[in-house]
Parts: sequence; C-alpha cells; structure tokens
Amino acid sequence: MELTDIIKEENLVLKKSGLLTDNVMHYCPGCTHGVVHKLIAEVIEELGIQDQTIGVSPVGCSVFAYNYIDIDWAEAAHGRAPAVATAINRLHPEKYVFTYQGDGDLASIGCAEIMHACNRGENIVVIFINNAIYGMTGGQMAPTTLLGQVTATTPYGRDAKLNGFPMKITELLAQLDGTCYVTRQSADTPAAVRKTKNAIKKAFQNTRLQKGVSFVEVVGTCNSGWKMTPVDANKWMRDNMFAKYPLGDMKDI
Amino acid sequence: MAEVKLMKGNEVIAETAIRCGCDGYFGYPITPQSEVMETLMLRKPWEETGMVVLQAESEVAAINMVYGGASCGKKVMTSSSSPGISLKQEGITYIAGSELPCLVVDVMRGGPGLGTIQPSQSDYFQATKGGGHGDYHLIVLAPASVQEMSDFVVLGFDLAFKYRNPAMVLADGVIGQMMEKVVLPDYTPRRTEEEIEKQCGDWALTGKKNRNRHVITSLELEAPRQEVFNEKLQRKYREIEANEVRYEMINCEDAEYIFVAYGSTARICQKSIQLAREAGIKVGLLRPITLYPFPMKPISDLCGRVKGFLSVEMSAGQMVEDVRLAVEGRVKVEHYGRMGGVVPTPEEIVVALREKFSI
Repeated sequence: MELTDIIKEENLVLKKSGLLTDNVMHYCPGCTHGVVHKLIAEVIEELGIQDQTIGVSPVGCSVFAYNYIDIDWAEAAHGRAPAVATAINRLHPEKYVFTYQGDGDLASIGCAEIMHACNRGENIVVIFINNAIYGMTGGQMAPTTLLGQVTATTPYGRDAKLNGFPMKITELLAQLDGTCYVTRQSADTPAAVRKTKNAIKKAFQNTRLQKGVSFVEVVGTCNSGWKMTPVDANKWMRDNMFAKYPLGDMKDI
Repeated sequence: MAEVKLMKGNEVIAETAIRCGCDGYFGYPITPQSEVMETLMLRKPWEETGMVVLQAESEVAAINMVYGGASCGKKVMTSSSSPGISLKQEGITYIAGSELPCLVVDVMRGGPGLGTIQPSQSDYFQATKGGGHGDYHLIVLAPASVQEMSDFVVLGFDLAFKYRNPAMVLADGVIGQMMEKVVLPDYTPRRTEEEIEKQCGDWALTGKKNRNRHVITSLELEAPRQEVFNEKLQRKYREIEANEVRYEMINCEDAEYIFVAYGSTARICQKSIQLAREAGIKVGLLRPITLYPFPMKPISDLCGRVKGFLSVEMSAGQMVEDVRLAVEGRVKVEHYGRMGGVVPTPEEIVVALREKFSI
C-alpha cells in the first residue's frame, strides 16, 4: 500500500485547526499552553468568528500567543490585558474580545485590572492559565505557588510567613457581580481537554448574551519550571494543585 | 457659525474632544484636572456622538485602555496631572513602541511625590525626553490660553495620526483652572468604520478578514531587528523635528534680552516685558508652542543679535537645558523659576532679569 492510498478524506481522524499557524511553538514539551491555544483556535473556528475576534496576549510565556492563532491581536503590558480588552470591547461592542493570561500576569501584577474589569462586567472572555509559577523568567514564585513548593525565589519551599499564601483569585472573581461564568478546568486527560474546550466555547458564546465577564481558569503544568517530566508534572498537579484549586464551575448565570 | 463661550481650560479639553470626533476617553480623577472627566460625564457624549467615556480604576488602567482603543485605530485620549502622568509612563512607552496614535493631556502640578495641587511646570523632562523607558518622544504641545487648550486637542490628534505617535498637551494648573473666552470648533463627526479602515487599515485591529492578521506589539526579541525598529522611530522623530516646530515671538525685533517661556509663564512674561520696557530694558519673548520638537533654530538664530536668554519656568530649571543646547554657549543663558506650586509675578521676573544679567 502506498502512502497516497492512506491519505484520503475518509481516513481523516484529526485535523489541525485552520486558525493555528504553522509557526513552531516555543512552548516546552509538556506545557499546557499549546493545548489551550489549540482549543481556542478550534472554538473560534467552529463558531465562525475569526473575523470578529480580537485577542489580547499577556507578558509571560504566552506573550507570543499572537504567533500561533491567526486572528488580530494586541500584546498588552504585564498584567494590563483586561484594561486593553476593556477599551477594545467598549469601542467594538460587536466583536469577540478575549484576554489570555498567566498567573503572574493576572493574579499578581494585574490584580487590579482583572478585578475591575470583572467588577465592571466587561463583555469579554478571560482565559487564565494557572501553573503556579513564573515560566518565562525562569521559574520564580507566583501568587498561586503552593505552600512548600520550590521555585527559584522560594528555594526552600514557599513559606506562608515569608511569602504569604497561595491565592485563589478565581474564587475572588466569582464573588463579583460583573462575572457571569466562572469555571476552573484542567487539560491533563482527553476528558479534561474536552471539558475545557466546552468551557471556552461557552465563554465565547456568552459574549453575545452581554452578561459580563466569562472567566475560564485552566490549571496547568510547567514541567520545566517545576523541574519534572511531563508525566510526573501531571501527576504532581493532580496530587497537589487540585486540592487547593478544585475543578468545576463556580458560577454560571 | 463658530460658538464662543466663557469656559475653564479643563472643560474646554472635554468639549473639544466631543466636537472633534473623539471615540473614547479613559481617565482617573486627580486635581487639578478632574473637570475634564466630570464635564464629559455631564455632557453624556455617548448619547450624542457615540463617544465612550470611562472612569478607570487607576491611571495605569486608563492609559492601557487608551492603548487598547488606539490599537483599533480609534481616536482615544486620557488626561491626568503630574503624579498620574508618572503612573501612565508605562503605557505611554508601550504606545510609542507600538506606534499608536493617541492624545495625553497633562495639567501639571508641583512635585516631586504627591507634591502639591497648585500649578507647576516641572513635568517638562518627563514630557519631552520620553518619560518612560526606551528611546522615544511624544509630540508635546504647550497651550498658553484656554483657546489653545481647544486648538491643541484638535492639533494633537491630527499630529498623532499623521505620525502614528502619541501626542501630549502639556498644560499647567493655571491654564487648566482659569476661565477665558474660547471659540469652540464646529462638530466633526466621529470617523465611520470605513473611514478608519481607509486611514488605519494597514495596521489597526478591525478583525482579520481577507488579509494577514494584525498584531499590535512592541516586542522584538532579536536585537538587530529591534535596532532596525529603533532606527525607524528615530527617522520619524527627525521628520517631526524638521516639520512640526511651532513657536511664537513677541517683541523680539529690537530685543536685547529674550525670555523663553511656555504655558501660563509665557503669559506672565508678557506683562514682565511691558514693565521692563517701561524701565528701558528691551526684552522680547520666545514662546515654544511645541516643546518637542523644541524650537532650536529660532533660538539659535537670535544668538547673533541678543545679549542673553532668561528661561522662565515654574520648575528648578528644566527647559533651560534645551535653551542652552540651542545657544551652544554663544551668549549667556540663565534660568528663573518658582517651584512647589508658586506662580511667579511679573515684577519678580524683571528683578531676576536685572540681577542675572547685571542690568
């Protein structure tokens, strides 16, 4: 049998989203970002809103998100993506606007911007990747770093007396009247990936309902920063992260 | 038919923004310019022109909202006063680094730190020399009247879009708070999406359709490529310096001494000129209207026929450095200033002139 006999439409079982560019991703093998990028691209494609979607990328590992999903993008200053998205949404109320942010960007330096964008009920989608560490700068402590977790700036493990406590920002945001859908998902199993995709799709669909911020946290791994193999990182995440950051919907109105 | 009104400088900023087709204003309250946003909220332009007005949670958020709006090719602005402008510098350098047009109004008050709420001109450095990190410039317009508060909102937006560069109206607390007669501009409708497409279609975020995706960013990890971009920015600044210098000269024809002053200080200096001339001292005024680009050549050209320059500023001496650069040591350059929110009197400026030049 020749290769050309196999490559046929009827044999197709998986196809890369047309919205994912051919650029080689800079993410480390095992990183959650690549999976979530793929899901966002698929959702935008399935909803047919490529020409109406504007993404806002953060500072951190996903700063280059604009290289991978073929839509218009603004790259925001560190933590400011919700402010940037606010103006785009207000000036283009007919468009789908989303931010893509990590835990350092959203829960640390951008705490004020995300709180107030959520409190104003901006009609945007926020995708929040929580891997409990600063990846891009080389593995320093994030607000969501677990107690005892070793990072470059908590070399003896995060100590509550010295560094404070892991921050459950998503629970905080769920309290605000301007959020309509707040959920925490993961991407460590095929089932989890499917659930996360459904959550992202629901978040984008909410944009049309003008109900406020739809917030999707994805608990993810940073195996490079955690200094683990991808398999071990997934296990560590399930054994440790999910206890502090339980999965599921916090709000859906 | 032009509309003439008696208005406060800050109110005029708001009124002109509505009239010139501004798409969005994002601000945060701070004295002495809070009337800008208050006037906008009272006027409700969203019902009239569709202009968006939003009170942000901080100056940092406000300038990043401007970044977002400008990314879409929209005509957007913010206003603040000195401590707030310090906070906005992060966003301003991103806007400059992404080559986005926008307007920033700074109604200066005394510093450093929380300083005072009275008028000052001590933001000259942070306005004209970049202000944030990296090599960049704003186009800086310095109004000396309520009328110019109106005129420079229009001009600032025009220059910002002409050069895809942030522009700043650098006023002070006097100009912001005082009331004068103003001829307001006629209404210009906000641009339609088609007009924005025509003007900004090769870069603005309008949704990717039948074209390559647009990305607004100031990030470039490859040093040689970043340098190429820096060189492009510098070429733009040389073009601005060649084409956009604006200034006014008063009583300079026979002058032996020249006051260099901008904003409210330039107004006070006009009275000082009258007092000095009554005492037989021939003084003129060179008023920079653009602080960047600074009127280097007009000052340089005066060096052959005057005895000296007195830079009069409500600061410890900031603009005087640019005057010295223009004069290049050919004649004496002195500075006279008041700080901390104290406004100089015409009389004390004449005394300073006499003392510093031994007249």
